[in-house]
Order: sequence, then C-alpha cells, then structure tokens
Amino acid sequence: MSGLGENLQHDAGAIWRSMVPVWLGLLALLAATLAGAFMPLGRFNLILALAIAFTKAALVALFFMHLRRPDPLLRLAAGAALLFMAFMVVLTFADVLTRRQPTQPGTVTPRTFAPEPPAMGQRAF
Amino acid sequence: MSGAAAARHKPWRSLRREREAASFGTWIFIGSEAMFFAGALLGYAVYRTLWPEAFAEAGRETNLVYGTVNTALLLTSSLTMAVAAEGARARLRRLTLICLAATAVLGLAFLVVKGLEYREDIHKHLVPGPGFKLAGTPAAQIFFAFYWLATGVHALHLSIGIVIVGTLLVQAWRGASPLASPAFESAGLYWHFVDLVWIFLYPLLYLVGRS
Amino acid sequence: MSGITAERAAPEAPPTREDTYLTAETGLASWLLSTDHKRIALLYMAGLTLFFFVGAAGAAAVRLELFTPEANILTADAYNRAFTLHGTIMVWFFLVPSIPVTLGNFLVPLMIGARDLAFPRLNLISWYVFMAAGALAIWSLVAGGVDTGWTFYTPLSTAFANGHVLTAAAAVFVAGFSTIATAVNFIATVHLLRAPGLTWFRLPLFVWAIYATSLVMVLATPVLSMVLLLVFAERAFGIPIFDPARGGDPLLFQHLFWFYSHPAVYIMILPAFGVMSEIITCFARRQIFGYTFMVYAIVWIAVVGFLVWGHHMFVSGQSTFANLAFSFLSFVVAVPSAIKVFNWTATLYRGQIVFDAPMIYALGFIGLFTIGGLTGLFLASIPVDVHVTDTYFVVAHFHYIMVGGAVSAFYGGLSFWWPKITGRLYPEGWARFAAVTMFFGFGFTFFPMFIMGFLGMPRRYQVYPPEFQVWHVLSSAGAVILAVAYLLPMGYLAWSLFRGRRADPNPWGATGLEWQTSSPPPKENFRTLPVVEEGPYLYHPEHAGPPALEREPHRPQGSQQ
Repeated sequence: MSGLGENLQHDAGAIWRSMVPVWLGLLALLAATLAGAFMPLGRFNLILALAIAFTKAALVALFFMHLRRPDPLLRLAAGAALLFMAFMVVLTFADVLTRRQPTQPGTVTPRTFAPEPPAMGQRAF
Repeated sequence: MSGAAAARHKPWRSLRREREAASFGTWIFIGSEAMFFAGALLGYAVYRTLWPEAFAEAGRETNLVYGTVNTALLLTSSLTMAVAAEGARARLRRLTLICLAATAVLGLAFLVVKGLEYREDIHKHLVPGPGFKLAGTPAAQIFFAFYWLATGVHALHLSIGIVIVGTLLVQAWRGASPLASPAFESAGLYWHFVDLVWIFLYPLLYLVGRS
Repeated sequence: MSGITAERAAPEAPPTREDTYLTAETGLASWLLSTDHKRIALLYMAGLTLFFFVGAAGAAAVRLELFTPEANILTADAYNRAFTLHGTIMVWFFLVPSIPVTLGNFLVPLMIGARDLAFPRLNLISWYVFMAAGALAIWSLVAGGVDTGWTFYTPLSTAFANGHVLTAAAAVFVAGFSTIATAVNFIATVHLLRAPGLTWFRLPLFVWAIYATSLVMVLATPVLSMVLLLVFAERAFGIPIFDPARGGDPLLFQHLFWFYSHPAVYIMILPAFGVMSEIITCFARRQIFGYTFMVYAIVWIAVVGFLVWGHHMFVSGQSTFANLAFSFLSFVVAVPSAIKVFNWTATLYRGQIVFDAPMIYALGFIGLFTIGGLTGLFLASIPVDVHVTDTYFVVAHFHYIMVGGAVSAFYGGLSFWWPKITGRLYPEGWARFAAVTMFFGFGFTFFPMFIMGFLGMPRRYQVYPPEFQVWHVLSSAGAVILAVAYLLPMGYLAWSLFRGRRADPNPWGATGLEWQTSSPPPKENFRTLPVVEEGPYLYHPEHAGPPALEREPHRPQGSQQ
C-alpha cells in the first residue's frame, strides 16, 4: 500500500508511538466533555458536547481508520454518508421546527397524559 | 507487478487490489451502518427538540460512572485494534496476536459493564412502560426508549465485532489466516466504527441535563 | 423477418461446443453453492418469479373483489391484507431486486470486462438472505397476513393492527441486508474491476444506472431498517417511540419511512433507464443522444431523489414550509427524467428502427413512463395533491411508473439479453405479440384509474359508490389482458430453452462488451480479458447518420486480446 502515500512502520515500537498519542488525545477529550457537561451553559452544553464528539470522531477516523491516506475513493465513501445524513436531518427539522401550534381558543382541549387503556391489537409474531 | 503477492480470492489478480477492494467495500458498508444509526439519532434529535425538559430529567437518571468507564474502555480498545491492524500489515505476529486479544478483552469488559448497568437500570424502574420511574413525565419514556434501543443495538454490533476479532485471533494464531489478509484492516474499520457510534451516544445519553 | 433472424442463429450443424457457465459444473450443489455471478443471477430469477406470482395473487384478489361495488369475495379485513400483501411483496421482493439482481448481476461484470463481481461469496450470501427474507414474508402471509398497507403507518401498525406486523417487518428488515450487500458488491465492482481502457465516461449507461441504483440502495435502505426496528420495538416490547399518548410523533415515522421509500422508487426505475438506453440504441442503430447528459441525469436523480420524500406527506400534518420545500424539490427532480426521455426520443430520430420485441417494450416504456412522470408532477403540486391524494389517481401514477415503466423494461431487458443468458433465441412473433398485448392490457387496467381517482374514488377501499363501477370493470378486465401478457413470455421463453434456435454470440449486432463473448458465456466470462478502445454505442461513425440497410455496428466497444 505504499503507493497510497502513507508511511509504513515496520516495528512494534514505531506503531505504538504513532497510535498512543491519538489515544491520549481521545482520553483528554473525554475528560473535557465530562467536565463540560457540568458547566451551566444552557443550550451550548449540547453544542459543546457535539463539537467534542465530532473532534473525537475525526481523530478516530483520520488516524485509526487511515483517512489521512490520500485515497480519494475512501474519503468519498466516508463523506457521502455524512452528506445524506445532513439531508435527512435538515429536511426533517424543516418540518418539525416550523409546525404551528393549534391556536383557535375553545377548539382545542388541553391534553392530559393520563395513562390510557392498553392499545388493542394482536402482538403475535 | 513483479513481487506482487497473488490474491487470495477471485476475481482479484493481486493482493494489493484485493486489499483495496476489501477496504473500499468495508467503508461502503460502514456508510450504510452510519445511515442506520443516523435514523435512530434523528428520532432522538426530534424528540429532544420537542421535549427538552423531559429529556433533561430523564438524562439525569443514567449512570454517568458506568458510561464514562465504558467510553474509556472502548477508546482503548480502538487503540489496541489499530495497533493490531498495523501489526498485521507489518507482519508482526506477536504484536498482532496480543493486541487482538486485548481488543476482545476490552470489548468483553464493555459488555460486562453494560450488563451491570442494565441490571441497575431495571432495578431503578427505568424501563418504559407501566411502572416507569418518572411517571409524571411521559416523554421521559421516549428518552429511555432510545436509550435501550441505541445501547442495545450498539451492544449487538459490539458483540459481532468481538466475534470477528476472536475469529481472526484464532485464525492468525493457527496460521490459517496469513497476516497479509485484508480481513485485519476490514475488522479494524468495523471496530472503529462501533467506537465512533459510542462516541456520539455517550454525550447524547449520559451528559444530558447534568448542569 | 426470417432473413434477419436467420443471421442471428448459429448454423444448424452442431459444432463442438465448449463449456459454458451452464454446463461447466453440474448437480444441484454446483448451483446452490456457486459463486459465479451468472448462476446467482439465475437463482435470483427463480426466486423473483415465485414472488411475482405471490404478489400477483394479491392483485388478482383485489381486482376480482373490485368488479362490484359491494363486498362479495373478501371481508374488509381480508381485503386489507390482500392489498398489503400485493404492495409488500411487489415492492420489496420483486421490484426493488428485479433488474439489479438478475440483469445487473449477470451483465455488469460482462459489460466492464471482468471475470466476476468484486465479492463473489458475498453475492451468494445475498441470495440466501433474500430467500430467507422471502420465506419469512410468505410465512406471515400463510399465518394470516398483515392489514396495515405496505407503508406500515403508525400508530396503526404499532398499537392497533391485528395482523402479523412483526413478521412482515422482520421479513423486510432481513431483505434489506441482501439489498445492501448487493449494492456494496456493485459499487466496488464498478470502481475497481473495469477493463483497461474503460474509463467512467465510456461505461454503458446500464452500468451507470446500476451503479447509481447501488448508491441509493446503500444509503437509503439502512434508514428503512432502523424505522422497522423502531416499529418492531414499539409493538413487541411496548416501548414508546411513535405513541402520541406518551409524546411520540407519528409523523416522525412517516419522515423516516419515506426517507427510504422515496429513493426506493428510484431504485426501482433507474435500472430500467439503463436497460432502455441499451435497447433503444441497438434497435435504432444510433449512438445515444447526449451521453454525458444522460450520465448527469442519472446521478442527479440518485442524489436529488433523497430530498423529495415529504411529497408523500402533504396532507399528513407536515408544516406548510416543509410542504413548499418538498414540492419545489419534487419539481426539480422531474427535470433529469425529462432529459432522459428527450434524449431517448432524439436517439430514435433518423434511426433505422426495427420493431423487435425488446424495442416494442422500450417504446411502450417511453410512452407509459412519460405519462406516469407527468402525473407525478400533478401530484407534486400541493393544491392538486390535496384533491387527489389517497385516491386512485396516485395508484395509477405509481403503477404507470413501476409497472408500465419498470416491469416493461424488465421484460424488454430479459428479451434483449435472453440469447446471451441462455444461448437460445425465442420465437419473435410470439414475443412481439406479448409486448403489444402488455401495452394495451396495461392501458386498460390503469388509465381508468386516473379518471376515477380524479372523480374521487379513494384507494384501499373495498366498497365504493356504484358510479365508479364502470371504471373498475374496465380496470379489472384490463388486468386479465395484462396477466396474459405476463404469462405468455414465461411460456415461450421456457419453450425456447429446449426448442429455440441456438444464438450467435451477437444476434442483435450490438456494441457492448457482453456481446463479444459467446452466448452463453463461458464460466470465466471471457477467454482473454478484453481491452476497451472506444466509447459505447458506436453504431455509426461519430457525427454521421447510420448507413442505410447495414445492420452491423460500426465498431464494437472493445475486443478480447
């Protein structure tokens, strides 16, 4: 695979030396996200947590999964899924975030979440 | 092509191309698995948007210690798996065997911790349905529906990964699977993907509503 | 006619026949354990034929019942199960696999000059998984069936349906694995196993179509798997995902379901587009008009097809903003399909059209697909959709595309490549008759549905007002004609296996690589792997019209070295 531009290590020590720093970085990010969860940041807690998660994911993908190799095919495969995931999320939220609440007074009775009778229907396999 | 090793399977004519194909095929499969988990995470995201307080209340009930320990275990197993795959490529038999074994052990440890956590969750009535702990917040059941579903499906994928790693370990130890086989790289990619899923599940299931 | 067909047949004196993939190994085990893509294609063909009959039985029950406005043959519950059976089996166990796993499996390696697919053992496993899923589906039928419709809408499917929803959902879930595995195989094959000289823009459009279909399969099917898993979990274990009483959102189910199911219809039609391009170029003796745009159109459909799913949900409670966005995107996705139809028509212009059976199927496809596609635009327009949604208008629309389009293309492709696959020629007269019958039978069956849908006849209804009966009778009568048109080819194709004339390597004088090897091909596809020197469809010199009365192609795409 040397044609794909990566440096092949050939002894155990070199392999460990290339991988352990990534692992230490991942553990540091784990500590960071854990600490960040306890900080009162309101909505930004989620954004911070996701940002750290994406960074961890990038480390795993680039170093452990060899996406640093300049192989356009693999990067394309990895990127394609992300693109379509984005399509799915964006258009679904285009619906979820823009629904209007029923507003006519007197026509909507308040919902109660009292436990309803169990739904009918054969749960047979 | 002088010196190119013969491929192990048809229709490939060289091992190099076969390795390339195995990597590419595994990445495409991982892409499909990513869409699979994305479907579940989309559901989670929609409900978290609709019921933020219920999710925060429910999120506080997950066991942060177990979750964090599991994350650390899985990250470490990714390290050992990456080293095993590199060791296989470098034809370092001892390194590969030790690291494959370590990966499997760490994976099993994850499952053990998960089992303990599940047992505790059941004990705390965190299973959706009648008798659910947070009876006053129906939408909290949805959080836990996703919790059980996502961690369950993840644990299933992890178990499959452990079986794959274990099989490779046995085959490599017996010499039935030469270290040059593309299987090590593919197994590594799969294992790292399972780790990636957990990297996203951890903040979404364990770090909600903690502040 | 006899002069042309005589050229295609091999000389009558039996030559010393070399081993083909059919004769290379014998015995049941050699078929059931074969990793040869050609044999696996035939294994799939057998399974698909079986499932086609099962799905058709559901349709027969529905159309029989609808002869009269009252309920005579089926109870309401049984009627629901009949149309659910029809939809579920036809979509997942016939149409989605159809062209890719039969023609695609057989032809893609041949067309790119490879000895097999990238992962032959995975190919065999896909077949076993598919058949296991089919067995589960049939078991759910035998055990009593499902009444939710093929769309499994919640909360009916999760909480209220009395039927074997879990089995049916499990069957479709398992079938999804087969689909994804096949798609991975095709994508890797097209990327990595092309013959020397075969660049991406020299690929036959059939290969491009299968490639794009595989991309859609790999990205969309997992979401279906997840949503079925969620439905399974909710129904089997009572955990709330879509249950409104506990804060669940039934519309979320629809988003996730249609995120797969709309691209699924592109999975069903893109391979048909590929078959069309192969047939039309060959039987008009023309290069394809606008090859590059045809490729871009395929890719555009595959990508934008993921962005339009909300048009199935215009009246479901989706927000107006989302409705507008999806409506706009649905108009956008119609453009590349139109480009393809224009280009096929332009390909026919100044061609030397021969009305062999594959060409009749292809011409029928162009007409029927155009009508189906245009009515899709009606449905993409929200005001019209509000009027005709959940009526027979929608039923007619999708049957025009899936049956008038995809099934016509399947039969056309089967006829076109039959000599290659089996080494036999089918009787041309019967084949043309069947093709024409299919076109008219289809029209009788489904055109009345547009009319009655617009007049208000709802879909999935067993009992209807008497004023619709005339349309239903027309439709059911047409269905009988259509059934004859489907059965006829099964008859004469089977006959041709034993008594048909043996075929030349290239009976149609086509240009693709698959025609440069014997009919049927040897097990390893080519004696020596071909080298490609030209683009596809070189039926005449560039920028020139076809030479009069010549039937041979100007130049084949490549040749064995």
